[in-house]
Amino acid sequence: MELSNNITTTFMNYMKNASDWVTFAYDAPFARAVLFGVPIGGHLFVEGLLLVVILFLLSQKSYKPPKRPLTNKEIDELCDEWVPESLIPPIKEEMEKEAPVLESCITSSAAGPHTTINGIDVVNFASANYLGLMGHEKLLESCISALEKYGVGSCGPRGFYGTIDVHLDCEARIARFLGTPDSILYSYGLSTMFSAIPAFCKKGDIVIVDEGVHWGIQNGLYLSRSTIVYFKHNNMESLRSTLEKVTQDNKRAKKLRRYIVVESVYQNSGQIAPLDEIIRLKEKYRFRVLLDESNSFGVLGKSGRGLTEHYNVPIDKVDIVTAAMGHALASEGGFCTGSNRVVDHQRLSSSGYVFSASLPPYLASAAITAIDVIEENPQLLTKLRDNVKTLCTGLLGIQGLEIASDILSPIVFLILKKSTGSLKNDLQLLQDIADRLTQKLKVLQVLKEHSVFVAPSKRSTLDKCNLPVGIRLFVSAAHTESDLQEAYESLKSVAASILTGQN
Amino acid sequence: MITVPYLTALTTYFSYGLLFAFGQLRDFFRRFIDWWKAGNLQGYAPICLGLEDFYIRRLYLRIQDCFGRPISSPPDAWFDVVERISYDNNKTLKRTTKTSRCLNLGSYNYLGFAAADEYCTPRVIECLKKYSASTCSTRVEGGTTALHCELEDVVANFVRKPAALVTGMGYVTNSAILPVLIAKGGLIISDSLNHNSIVNGARGSGATIRVFQHNTPSHLEKVLRELIADGQPRTHRPWKKIIVVVEGIYSMEGELCELPEIVSICKKYKAYVYLDEAHSIGAIGKTGRGVCELLGVDTADVDVMMGTFTKSFGSCGGYIAGSKELIQYLKYTCPAHIYATSISPPSAEQILSAIKVILGEDGSNRGAQKLAQIRENSNYFRSELQKMGFEVLGDNDSPVMPIMLYNPAKIPAFSRECLKQKVAVVTVAFPATPLLLARARICISAAHSREDMVKALTVISNVGDLVGIKYFPAESKMPQVEEARAKVE
Repeated sequence: MELSNNITTTFMNYMKNASDWVTFAYDAPFARAVLFGVPIGGHLFVEGLLLVVILFLLSQKSYKPPKRPLTNKEIDELCDEWVPESLIPPIKEEMEKEAPVLESCITSSAAGPHTTINGIDVVNFASANYLGLMGHEKLLESCISALEKYGVGSCGPRGFYGTIDVHLDCEARIARFLGTPDSILYSYGLSTMFSAIPAFCKKGDIVIVDEGVHWGIQNGLYLSRSTIVYFKHNNMESLRSTLEKVTQDNKRAKKLRRYIVVESVYQNSGQIAPLDEIIRLKEKYRFRVLLDESNSFGVLGKSGRGLTEHYNVPIDKVDIVTAAMGHALASEGGFCTGSNRVVDHQRLSSSGYVFSASLPPYLASAAITAIDVIEENPQLLTKLRDNVKTLCTGLLGIQGLEIASDILSPIVFLILKKSTGSLKNDLQLLQDIADRLTQKLKVLQVLKEHSVFVAPSKRSTLDKCNLPVGIRLFVSAAHTESDLQEAYESLKSVAASILTGQN
Repeated sequence: MITVPYLTALTTYFSYGLLFAFGQLRDFFRRFIDWWKAGNLQGYAPICLGLEDFYIRRLYLRIQDCFGRPISSPPDAWFDVVERISYDNNKTLKRTTKTSRCLNLGSYNYLGFAAADEYCTPRVIECLKKYSASTCSTRVEGGTTALHCELEDVVANFVRKPAALVTGMGYVTNSAILPVLIAKGGLIISDSLNHNSIVNGARGSGATIRVFQHNTPSHLEKVLRELIADGQPRTHRPWKKIIVVVEGIYSMEGELCELPEIVSICKKYKAYVYLDEAHSIGAIGKTGRGVCELLGVDTADVDVMMGTFTKSFGSCGGYIAGSKELIQYLKYTCPAHIYATSISPPSAEQILSAIKVILGEDGSNRGAQKLAQIRENSNYFRSELQKMGFEVLGDNDSPVMPIMLYNPAKIPAFSRECLKQKVAVVTVAFPATPLLLARARICISAAHSREDMVKALTVISNVGDLVGIKYFPAESKMPQVEEARAKVE
């Protein structure tokens, strides 16, 4: 108690001393000067001093390192010492493998169901000749008459006298076959998708894409600079949740265009997209659908009209349908179809259409004849379906491989059974692909002795798809029972010999 | 470089301004009318918003009948143009069955292989019967036939490079090769007037893109020096590699590229040269081997040579030629090789036969005749047009000659008047050319005879007087705007 009293008293003394000092300073004679009628207290001097100091500091230049642009001599030195990488990386031995060269044999044209490789007669399962129209007489006839009339090339882009009447006829025929108002022809199958997508999807739009689409679509999406969201391969639950998330995040997106891009039969896995589910989801969330029907046009559906007929969905519910004609139609090029607005827009904004020469006229007339043949002969479709079923049942129980594709798809896709575990890491993926390809190549060579030609699916280094590689068998309606039997028996024996112990 | 006379520039700007104003007025009324009618979009965003397709709706549709004219015969020197009529003021055009026989000054038919040829067509039909119209599969799987291998060897020989790779379409060749050769961290320097396929390929690769002034090697050197010294943007690390992309003949200017200077600059600064010979292969040079032969550049100095077969060979498809390692690498990685259907066998046969004719291996001298004819034709036509007072661009020996129109109203006037007098020309406007510099582009072919050209000249002269595009006084000497370059034969 006494201590605290002492402390308080001392403190009070100090305070009193300090305030005495301050009062003294304020009451100093100069501090009482009156200037212009304003009494100046002593505090004004302190403030004035502070102001002067501030002004002095402001007027100092801040330290900036001096700018020294490079002199010519320095630029010369830099240019001399820069060493570029070589244009291509060094050639590894897997790059030296040449593709097998096909020659035609007596019964069919090269790349038909039977062909000759290096003098050996083989059954060809590597050409996507689904309906066996390659080498059909009607197609050859129409091609010959077109060649005699028009020559080979069309010598110009569509805008500058490259539009020949067969092109317009072909577009009208395709539109009539599918039941859409109009269609547009492209001169190459690969360029169809990667020109159509940038014409519609611009920067800022949202596109939801299956992760297993092929390179043409991936490149188109990259060129379009839109926001891309992937969903799990052929997984409708994943699609629904992605759509939900995207709609939630972008509530203000009334002006944003939104697209879903899927393929009908995926080239990388042989699965078929469930179109009725997709249409239901699209209508609920107001997205537009872009469907790539390259492998299902002329194959699925009762009369070959594709995935929409297969699922009984009216075709005007799908906004944009594209397809390459190099598969079932045994021609080349591609087309895109949809409403009038969709097709007309592409005639001026699609770069692969405007800036490139048009399709050679004989290929367009081949496409018209092919569609006529498909319409007149629906039994080709049933034959193809039976062939696929026979092959799949024959391949059941094969050792080390399993069928990853749908039973209706014309591509029978076989993947390694043990691959389901090791595809998680990206780093390991590349290593595994290299290993598996060497394994497959051995399979391929051995198969040649049994005279069946198949090809493993190859991936470019630019491809971003993560689905497993596998052996692809393109079944054709021109394959006979004996061909198929040979195929699955040879595959079974070869797989048993190479992939033993990996079941 | 083109210098526009002041009065012309003013009137052109005024015309575009007027068209723009009218377009906006119409849009305003359209918005009004659409407000009353219920939209049928039902919650979907429209395909084109606002001003995105303003140019198409309000300017292009007015003159739509000048573009995309269908023909019903092969695109030879004379062809049949199908007439179209419109019932709704040019918004949609319907085909009629009437055709009119016109002189073809628009198709890319430099050596006259467009129609059925006496040597090529029988061979093509043979090949069709043997290999059918398409191989239905990619090159790496089942699409390589003996024909494709032979074609690649012949093309490599023709272009004087060790090896070549052939794809089914020229556009895809550029778009798919550039991403393979260069990726993020590299630099692409391209000419400012390069073709859309090169621009697409460059964008798709992910590398940094810089542009140098059209055909100006000094500016290229300046840009190269700056960029090498600076390094990559923001990190300033050195570039991984630099590719300079130029074209042999620029299709909208008709000019030849200044290849010797550009190649020497690239050698000095260790950049790679990519030459796109879409229009020049087969059409220029003493034996048709393109711009390298004409300008005396060694093909070993150009790292990647690319070209198309659509123009001079009358077929379709594109090729890349380079060293053996380059082609091997491309065969392993290029998406156009791995994913796309191989080139159609009859087209391949046409290319083979056309090359044989050009080199004289078919036993006749038709090839040499065609090459001489096209050179003579182009020089004659160009000098006559200049004598008449037109403003013609392009160098000597180049078969592409643009005639400047400038004013947007003269585009349909020129095109329609010429068609009435049975001459079919191609007119090009924005966006393929800059806004002010609309032009009519003439492509001369070896199939044009002297009478054809005289007729064309009289018609163009008449129409030119009518439309008012003779910007220079007739019979004057060469104006300064065109750099006359004497080519050493």
